[in-house]
Parts: sequence; structure tokens; C-alpha cells
Amino acid sequence: MLEIKNITKIFNAGTVNEKVALDGVSLTLNDGDFVTVIGGNGAGKSTMLNAVAGTYFLDGGSISVDGADITRLPEHKRARFIGRVFQDPMMGTAADMWIEENMALANRRGMRRSLRWAITKKERERYREMLSELELGLEDRLSTKVGLLSGGQRQALTLLMAAMKQPKVLLLDEHTAALDPKTAATVLQLSDKFISEYKLTSLMVTHNMKDAIAHGNRLIMMNAGKIVLDIGGEEKKKLTVEKLLELFSKSSGTEFANDRALLG
Amino acid sequence: MNIFSDIVNALPGAVAQGLIWGIMAVGVFITYKILDIADLTVDGSICTGMAVCAVLMTNGVNVWVAMLCSLIAGMLTGLVTGIFHTFMGIPAILAGILTQLILWSVNLKILGGANLALPARTYDVIVTLLRRESSIFILIAFVVVLAALLYWFFGTEFGSAVRATGSNIKMSRAQGINTDFNKIFGLVLSNGIVALSGSLLAQYSGSADINSGRGAIVIGLAAVIIGEAIISKISKNFFIHLIGVVLGGVVYYIVYQVVICLKIDTDFLKMLSALVVAVFLAVPYWKKKYFSKPKQLKKEEAPNA
Repeated sequence: MLEIKNITKIFNAGTVNEKVALDGVSLTLNDGDFVTVIGGNGAGKSTMLNAVAGTYFLDGGSISVDGADITRLPEHKRARFIGRVFQDPMMGTAADMWIEENMALANRRGMRRSLRWAITKKERERYREMLSELELGLEDRLSTKVGLLSGGQRQALTLLMAAMKQPKVLLLDEHTAALDPKTAATVLQLSDKFISEYKLTSLMVTHNMKDAIAHGNRLIMMNAGKIVLDIGGEEKKKLTVEKLLELFSKSSGTEFANDRALLG
Repeated sequence: MNIFSDIVNALPGAVAQGLIWGIMAVGVFITYKILDIADLTVDGSICTGMAVCAVLMTNGVNVWVAMLCSLIAGMLTGLVTGIFHTFMGIPAILAGILTQLILWSVNLKILGGANLALPARTYDVIVTLLRRESSIFILIAFVVVLAALLYWFFGTEFGSAVRATGSNIKMSRAQGINTDFNKIFGLVLSNGIVALSGSLLAQYSGSADINSGRGAIVIGLAAVIIGEAIISKISKNFFIHLIGVVLGGVVYYIVYQVVICLKIDTDFLKMLSALVVAVFLAVPYWKKKYFSKPKQLKKEEAPNA
């Protein structure tokens, strides 16, 4: 369970560039919740995910995972609870290292890294099996440098690395935005698969309203650092893009300002 | 003919010196290639290694104990740079320069002056220019053991995490790696090796001088670059790669000897080294900027498909 309580984040406080990125956001995800997050540019979607991941500390509020307060935990210590996939496919893997080395790094997440050899034979077989589930042919390329893979392959690998340790929370930050439509669909499908297979509690930011409606069991919309819509259950299943836009202008009093989201 | 025989006579000396600087280059390799940090501490830490070894040995300490102390002193210099860089948030290059300046004073105090003689006839050294051939064998043994240890270390769970830190720091943190600790560790390891090579250099040349570390980083980078040029086509194995770096140091010193034998004004040597390194560092950039063909887009990868 992920509990976000009244969190605030202000960038460049006290200057002309002051920006309230998160303005008292509260959100609770129950175990197995798959929440899609949508909103215009600068609405605070990524800031919220980064706050959970610990990229920076908050100006107010608290975050806890399964009852344990992680608000003041540094990023690398939170990683034991959290799996992440970034927007940039280059960001989630070490380009100079092999596929199996990258997986071994992910497999030791949250554990002490000792002076034992990084990969055992048994692990290598397990990685091979997991990679074959991606159906990208990576299982035959265990000792290929990740830098030689395509963006889509790297993103699929990052997703597998984020999910394989069954984290308490999975954070997907526009993880298909930089991919071509066909690859994006594949990666989204894999996300659905891992989330249901491992019963992961997940937050997925997307700029695509159709994806936000089609995936997950709950949808939230953010605007100006606040959550303005929170739709779950039967109501979400009946949602359409038109209905969502209507709800948005009603609750925020403005038009939805993100062309990418409408066109997507 | 005269010049040719001069070069042949100078060859064993060049190989021995090259091996010593090659060991130093392995330290530079760890920071520059693995951690992606240009660490300028080495100009100071190699001299620290020389000074510690010379002072201890002239005070009657056993050669192996003196070398161990050089190693530890070098590790401490790396620790200082590491703390400057991570805990105090100073950019890595500047952190190295600051430590280098600190070490100038420290090294003067250790040496008790600008230089200190460590004559091989008086003290029981393991390498010396008076016994070039046997020195070369000892140095080769050193290189093989060092490369084997590093090969093992960077294959372990912890060693892989250090490599990941240099390859992608954001990803490393997301995978729960303490990147600050790993950077400090890499700097400690690197400067330990550099100071160890300094202790060998002091024994080999029979003295420790406050100026002898100047430009060490450039020689280290040159060795790393030459080594990569030799090895990259032959093997991708990490052990071979480390050996290649040491060979890079040897090639550098052979060229250096040739230049000396050709009676070229040695005042220009440092300038030449720096310019050669500058050109070699520019080559990958030029390749990317001016000679890369536009990537062929496959149909399904074409934009706006």
C-alpha cells in the first residue's frame, strides 16, 4: 500500500521563477491498484512520481509504503520498495554493460552487494526464461551490451528489471512516450502483463487519454499541482475521452491544455 | 647507426619505466573509463606514493611495508577527493585539483624538502634502473597480479555496481545502488594503485622529487588511449583490456625514448604529450560529428508512422 499524504513541492522558492509543483496532494493506493495519471504540462504528474521515488525531498507532507515512512529515505534506499521506468529509454539501463549484467544489478536491488560473483549459472537460466517472455529475442543475447539495443527493446528490458523483484510500488513515468506507436503498444501490453502477473501496485503517468482509460482500475487527473479527478470502479470502465474532457473543465474551470493528450 | 644503437640500449629502461607508468594508468583507467570521472588527484597522489616510500625506506623500513604504506596513503588522497566531490558537491575535476594542491604541501612535508635520494646501492629495493632486466620481470608479475585482482573485483556484485555507477548514475540509484559511496570507493582504489606505482617509481629512479608527478594524468590518459587502440580490435575481455592499458604505458615510454635519442629538445616533451592526448581525445568526437552517416530508419521506426 502506498500512502501519499498532503505532499507539497515548490521549485525555486522565493524567486520570480517560483513554481508550486505539488500543492497538498494526497493519494492512497491499495495493494494491486493500477492507477493511471493524466494531466496537462506542468500539472505535477512527474513531480509526484519523482517525490515517491525520492529524486528530491519534499517541502511538506509524507509518503509511506506498507505503513513504513519513507519521506526522509534517500533514493537508493527506497529502491528496495520501488521499481521505476523512465520516459527516456536510455535512462533505465546501463548502456556499457551486458543484458545479463543489467538484470543482475536489478536482481540485487535492496540487497547488500557482496564480493560474490555477480551472476550465477542458475540466475542466468532464470534471466533467459524471463527475457523469453518479452518475445523480443533478447534471451539469445545475454552478453550483448545494452547500448546496442533499440529504444523499444531497452524499455522492455527496463520494465522487466523494474518488475522482476516484485516491488511494493511500480512507477511508470510516460514510459511509452518516446517510442513509436507499435513499440509503445507492445511495451504497454507487457506492463499490463507484469502488473497483473506480479499483482503490482502501480502508478502510470501517460499523456495519452485513451491509454489512461484503457489501462488500470483507477484514473486520476492532475492540474496545477492538485488532483482534480479520481475515477475508479464501474465509472472508469464507462469513461470516454469526451466525457473525461467534460469532467476536467467542470472540476478545474479551464480547458484541458495539452494537445498531445487529445491527439494521442 | 649510432642513434639506432642508442635506442636499442635504452629499450629495457623504457620498458621498465613504461610498466611502472602503465600501473599508474590502470588507476587512471578506473576513474576515467569506469567511473567516467577525470580525476586530477593523480598528479599529487603519485608523488605521495614516491615520498612515503622514500622516507620510510631511508628510515630503515622494509620495502614491502613501505609500499603498503604508499598504497594506503594514496587511498587516503582518493578519499579526500571523493568526499570533496560527493559530500561537498564539488565538481569532480575541481575536487581533484583541490586535492592536488593540498598534496603539494603535504608531499613537501613528507619529503622534508624538494627531493630525497633513495639510492639502490644503499637500500634494499625491488626494482631499480641498475638491474633493468630483473626489474622488468618483477614489474610484469605485478601487472598480472593487479589485472587479475581487478578482473575479479569488477566481476563481483559490488564491482558491477561500481561499473553501473559510471555507466548510468540515474539508473544505478533506481536499482538501489549507493552511487556516492561507489564513486568514493573508485577514487580510493584508483589513487591507491597510482601511489603504489609511485612507490615503484621512487625505487626505480632512486629518488623522490616534488615535481615528478606533474603531468601524470596526461601520461595516464595517453596510456589508456594507446592501450585501447592496441587492444580494442583484438579482444573485449576486461583482463586483456587492463593489460592493454599497461602496454599503452610501455609504448608511450618507448616513443619517449626514441624522441630523446633523436636529440629533440626535451623541454618540448610535455607539450607534445599533451597535444597528442588532445588529438586522440578529439578523434571520437570528430568521428561522431563529421564522419557518421545518417542512420537508416526502418519503415516501422520512421517518425510519424
